[in-house]
Amino acid sequence: MIRVVLPVHLRTLAHLDREVELHIEGQATQRSVLDALETEYPMLRGTIRAHDTQERRAFLRFFVCGEDWSHELPDTPLPDSVATGAEPFMVIGAMAGG
Amino acid sequence: MSGVRVLVGTRKGAFVLTSDERRERWDVRGPEFAGWEIYHLKGSPADPDRLYASQTTGWFGQLIQRSDDGGRTWETMGNEFGYEGMPRTHQWYDGTPHPWEFARVWHLEPSPTDPDTIYAGVEDAALFRSVDGAKTWQELPALRDHDSAPSWQPGAGGMCLHTVVLDPSNPERIFVAISAAGVFRTDDAGKSWRPVNRGLHSEGLPDSEAEVGHCVHRIAMHRSRPEVMFMQKHWDVMRSDDAGESWREVSGNLPSDFGFPIEVHAHEPETVYVVPIKSDSEHYPPDGRLRVYRSRTGGNEWEALTEGLPQKDCYVNVLRDAMAVDSLESCGVYFGTSGGQVYASADAGDTWAPIVRDLPAVMSVEVQTLA
Repeated sequence: MIRVVLPVHLRTLAHLDREVELHIEGQATQRSVLDALETEYPMLRGTIRAHDTQERRAFLRFFVCGEDWSHELPDTPLPDSVATGAEPFMVIGAMAGG
Repeated sequence: MSGVRVLVGTRKGAFVLTSDERRERWDVRGPEFAGWEIYHLKGSPADPDRLYASQTTGWFGQLIQRSDDGGRTWETMGNEFGYEGMPRTHQWYDGTPHPWEFARVWHLEPSPTDPDTIYAGVEDAALFRSVDGAKTWQELPALRDHDSAPSWQPGAGGMCLHTVVLDPSNPERIFVAISAAGVFRTDDAGKSWRPVNRGLHSEGLPDSEAEVGHCVHRIAMHRSRPEVMFMQKHWDVMRSDDAGESWREVSGNLPSDFGFPIEVHAHEPETVYVVPIKSDSEHYPPDGRLRVYRSRTGGNEWEALTEGLPQKDCYVNVLRDAMAVDSLESCGVYFGTSGGQVYASADAGDTWAPIVRDLPAVMSVEVQTLA
């Protein structure tokens, strides 16, 4: 079981009031987590990754175990602590507004 | 009992304002989609309970929302706006080629006859259509196939296709306006397009009367007379009596002919409304006085409408999609400001009163007349 923490606007969009729990077949990677997230919550398609390139949107970051994984390759295996649900996979919106 | 539903898009959400036909007491509901920019929301003329909204932010991109119950509940629809064909370029601000990149939906124009058909004008400029109630979108690619497209340049707000006008008498004919390319018209439902900008004069262009390159801010028509078009250009208020084939200036006695919105009275095709703005760098009313100007002669002779509007120290702007008219017997006129006020007139502009004063900056105002 993978735990995913979303920014508040995406939780609102997906009608969620807490973190997401996903079951993933095979290796847990950024790509497999986001694929599973978008399958479970199709309204999130295009809001985290671009439709055409599947690249992360510029003002979002992926945090894993206290580290910024935004620039890791999408198929890099996530740490065991994330794959087992001990630590969440976090989607973070960049701070802005001055 | 008849009434109106005013749909307001703001920088931080959508609001729905409703009233009976007297338009004196208002129910204000919102914000919907709190925290998101709502560039435009509009109802289907064929089904007043069917509403569409363009919801966007720089963080999460573009979403399209649909309501089937007049705005009480909403469903997230398809948001994949993929350009057709090979990648191509338009001109960037510095004159270099720049790849077409989707940024957002500026304007949604529902079909007058089919609730499931809707057009979307987007940045970078292109026209999309959905025929399944906004589940999926397809570009009408012939517009960007036009020979002039590689020379199109963005205006200060981006290279947006911001206006879509559907000819109610001819479903094959569509007008679009692009900043800063100008007006284009199709007479075959989007299979081919041509610029219809003859008569426009823009001093910012090397050839001030070029076929393409004009910063048209908005165009409008009266549904009973679709060959007559009115235009608010970057500077100049213009009129065409031949469906855009030729334009002539009708700015007349306006205190400034810069502005964004232009609207036509619901029952009087020669009655037109604009909101003069001081200049392209001073986006507020001349003299700090918020005045709507009305022409009852199809342009050239304009009268200031001031009763109920602030006549000192007012420095707000009114954006291109932020004015609308209802079709009640006494035509209502509505507009929203960058200061968050939404003003209404139930007597065709003679007197005004704010519906709300303190919304986020208003980006769009549309109105539905309810039976």
